[in-house]
Amino acid sequence: MVDSAHLLNLMAEIMDPEIPVINIVELGIVRGIEDGSPPSVIITPTYVGCPATDMISEMIREKLDTSGYGDIGIKNQLSPAWTTDWITKEAHEKLRVYGIDPPGAHAPSCPRCGSTNTRLISEFGSTPCKALHVCKDCLEPFDRFKCH
Amino acid sequence: MSAAKKHIGAKLPTKPETVYMLRLADNALILGQRLSEMCGHGPEMELDMAMTNMSLDLIGQAKLLFEHILTQEDLAPNADVLALTRPLEQYSNCLLVAQPNVDFAHIMLRQYLFSSMQKLQYEALLNSSDETLAAIAEKSLKEIAYHIRFAKGWVLRLGDGTEESRARTADGLECLWRFTGEMFTNDTGVSDAVDAGLTTDFTQHYNDWLSETKTVLLEAGGLTPPEDTRMIMGGHQGQHVDNLGHILADMQFMQLSYPGLNW
Repeated sequence: MVDSAHLLNLMAEIMDPEIPVINIVELGIVRGIEDGSPPSVIITPTYVGCPATDMISEMIREKLDTSGYGDIGIKNQLSPAWTTDWITKEAHEKLRVYGIDPPGAHAPSCPRCGSTNTRLISEFGSTPCKALHVCKDCLEPFDRFKCH
Repeated sequence: MSAAKKHIGAKLPTKPETVYMLRLADNALILGQRLSEMCGHGPEMELDMAMTNMSLDLIGQAKLLFEHILTQEDLAPNADVLALTRPLEQYSNCLLVAQPNVDFAHIMLRQYLFSSMQKLQYEALLNSSDETLAAIAEKSLKEIAYHIRFAKGWVLRLGDGTEESRARTADGLECLWRFTGEMFTNDTGVSDAVDAGLTTDFTQHYNDWLSETKTVLLEAGGLTPPEDTRMIMGGHQGQHVDNLGHILADMQFMQLSYPGLNW
């Protein structure tokens, strides 16, 4: 019998390769553990073409293998589609400290000075999940997690 | 010596489901490849990133679709072989997606015309008898919404911009409009897929699409599509011209030179 909570804790040790301050559980990529023989870790991609998806699968595989769970599989699940609502509140704060304005209904806010006097530069940022803004007060450009 | 030529291409799909899904996959692949050509050539860095981001989304969609097709019919040993080794006449994308990157105005207009159609096409898959396909559509629709917003924003801005940007957008419309009718043609590829329960008939929304598109164009500096255009068809049946040939020459090179190559 596999302890799901223990497995999820293991998964939470894996950081997102592109935003290394949040782990793949709080990012909402790990959807849970599916019973079965053997059981599987259920994951979902953030964006279909996101190159980090394959890398994350490999990181999970390695973590499982080195923790004695070589028989546990990884399943990709597309539906329901990933949404930024699945990013935890703790992760929001980590994103802000890291310099990324977290997703949400709030007006775009500069993660450096907190100003909401900002301008959208590009809907498409350095990764598929982010848009690029600039702060008109401190003049610093910043990424904002797109609501998705 | 009559050595047998080693056939590395994929088999042709025979089921209505795989025929239809191959169209969707080829559309996404070819437009994704076209947009990727703009990497490093965008008018400014943010727009360069935007185009490559959209390319990434489309190639991601294509990958999921090709992989799923292979679970439904054994056409090739893997998705790379299916996507990258077929001869020109076996690609079933619509003609619009292969049109060249003439300038940024053409590219944005092409994207708007395609993505606004693709939205309807994918919404028609949400209740598909094929649950995986429905999930791919659901996931992709969230990204398509960005593509439409971005491309439409630029069509409006360029059409309603300077004399130069308006002229270029008008030229794009003159060139590209003739390829829009094909996307909404209810041919056997569509009707067989509808009969199989794979999709509902999205082509019935053609008039809604037309009226919405014309409204946007009118707002974009009073542009109107050319009257009485003879629509050019045949892409879904593999009747392509050299613009797709050039894409394939570039896209297929590695896989044909080194069959089975992996990253």
